[in-house]
Amino acid sequence: MRIETDQRSSAGAEGPTRTRRFRVFRYKRGDRGPRYETFDVPVEARTTVLDAMRWIQLHVDPSLAIRHSCSHASCGTCGVRVDGREVLMCVTPVEDLGREITVEPVANLPVLTDLVVDMRAFYARYPDEHPLVRESELLPGAKTPEGIATYVRYEDCIECGLCLSACPIAATDDRYVGPAALAAAERIVEERRGADLAALLAWADEPDGVWRCHAIFECTRACPSDVRPAERIMTLRGMLARGHAPMEEAR
Amino acid sequence: MSSAPAHVLIVGGGGTGGALAHDLALRGLAVTLVERGEITSGTTGRHHGLLHSGARYAVRDPASAVECIQENRILRRICPGSFEENDGLFVALTEEDMEYLEPFLEACAACGIPTQPLTPAEALALEPNLNPDLKAAVRVPDATMDAMRMPLRFFATAKANGARILPYVEVVDLLVRDRVVSGARVRDHVTGREGEIRADVVVNAAGPWSGKIARMAGVDLPIRPSPGVLVAVRGRLCNMVLSRLHRPGDGDLIVPQRGLSVLGTSSWTVHDPDDLGVPEDHVRTMCEEGARLVPAVARAERRAAWSAARPLVGSRGEAETGRELSRTFKTFDHRESDGVEGFVTITGGKGTTLRAMAEACADVVCAKLGIDAECRTRETVLLPHTAYYTDGR
Repeated sequence: MRIETDQRSSAGAEGPTRTRRFRVFRYKRGDRGPRYETFDVPVEARTTVLDAMRWIQLHVDPSLAIRHSCSHASCGTCGVRVDGREVLMCVTPVEDLGREITVEPVANLPVLTDLVVDMRAFYARYPDEHPLVRESELLPGAKTPEGIATYVRYEDCIECGLCLSACPIAATDDRYVGPAALAAAERIVEERRGADLAALLAWADEPDGVWRCHAIFECTRACPSDVRPAERIMTLRGMLARGHAPMEEAR
Repeated sequence: MSSAPAHVLIVGGGGTGGALAHDLALRGLAVTLVERGEITSGTTGRHHGLLHSGARYAVRDPASAVECIQENRILRRICPGSFEENDGLFVALTEEDMEYLEPFLEACAACGIPTQPLTPAEALALEPNLNPDLKAAVRVPDATMDAMRMPLRFFATAKANGARILPYVEVVDLLVRDRVVSGARVRDHVTGREGEIRADVVVNAAGPWSGKIARMAGVDLPIRPSPGVLVAVRGRLCNMVLSRLHRPGDGDLIVPQRGLSVLGTSSWTVHDPDDLGVPEDHVRTMCEEGARLVPAVARAERRAAWSAARPLVGSRGEAETGRELSRTFKTFDHRESDGVEGFVTITGGKGTTLRAMAEACADVVCAKLGIDAECRTRETVLLPHTAYYTDGR
């Protein structure tokens, strides 16, 4: 089968082309400070913020640096702040935004250039290597084929840093390990996969751990992948307050 | 003659470039990799995330199928914990599909791909959301991969072994004199400055952009950027990778991944891999064809639709849709093909065969440089993806 198509359609779908104005955070190493640059970008019904940034790279300024990879909210690289709100560019339609749209890097991580942050500062907060796959609880009615006792699937967290960016405590204290790392720790407590539970809980109990959280739940609001970091921080606190780990008993 | 190791400059930070950096670093070469954007931001990261068993290609493209099953096994060994090891089902829905069943099983056997034929009832017990009118299914060792984090392990390990990985560094021109390539002129988008990187060999691993890089050396490369549309819907509608049991066509694949289901894909050819668009008619076809395999696709909420360009090897003007082109890979030593020294291109292939592509290309690079070093990537277990961001911590 072959689909006939118009290869010239640019960033999206059908419908009239309109223009939106983007105010984009710009910074190159050695600059005296950041500045905002304005671009008028033609948009269509399904144009995303990522499409718009790539249009700027392609048609106006190839030096605009952005992070992106999967284009479907699965890799977590394209997290930014749009009009002050934490989003993944690839699943944020321009249509839902105003006439002038401000795009800035995520907060609470050092900016490398333009919209690119240094993710080393994000991963440095994690307790240790955290597993990528977990037991799959999805599609529970399905049998597994012989040879596969339990399906595994990727963890929900896509390591985008949006929760850390949205966290008001992380904004005032860069030693706080923050919601992503604590949520990852809670997932290991929930499903150990060979980890040292006592060491992990001791790590979470440190002064820069779970007790720094003020339970504002901005992380859960910002999460594009339904990890619910704030609830997981509360779970860890509950366990620490009770002085034991219920999952250990359950296993 | 200097005692410093030979220096190889790799252009392109996709899976192929990352695997090549890893391979060459293990062989003791000095490696610099430049990528104009984020690592895996071109084709690699936009991939559907299918670790191929090779079954998809067994009937029409057995060379690719054999590469896939071999690499499938190697990757599971060297990237433990990086896959949703869920296997795949090829599903026959029509009488025409059923005519494909025997040739499919025979071709898989010939390529060394294990198969397990299932009755409709057995298939429905495994995948309750399948079209209940299915006529047969065959289980194969497909799997789901994270299209960014699996390749990132090659970059992480290369870095730990001394390779310099430079994202946001764009090649603006190759340094060419008297038909010899000696490096590249680059623009660093972190600093905004331009500079030169000298190398003994420059490897063009720019995927669908490799034609553009080759032209900088005056080389016309037979590459067709062939995009496909993919659609992600919310909800994990199946556990296994589902494929339609027929000749590869549009919209005949569903790859479950986390809490999403990825529908793919279409195939056409373009000249500019930067300007693909997401044709809405292709998106509709993905949803319609996906709903034939799993009816619940029709009611699922769309999370995203996007395009990714494959770098298929063929000659210009030959292929119309890209489906006719082999999915195997090819290394060009441009001294032999074009009389240009110091310049190699590795292209074609697919995510599943990234390591094999790197091995074949590294063999060519080492032969050119007179270096006798064996490939060690088949046995070397890769560092976790996080090591890329933690400087080997």
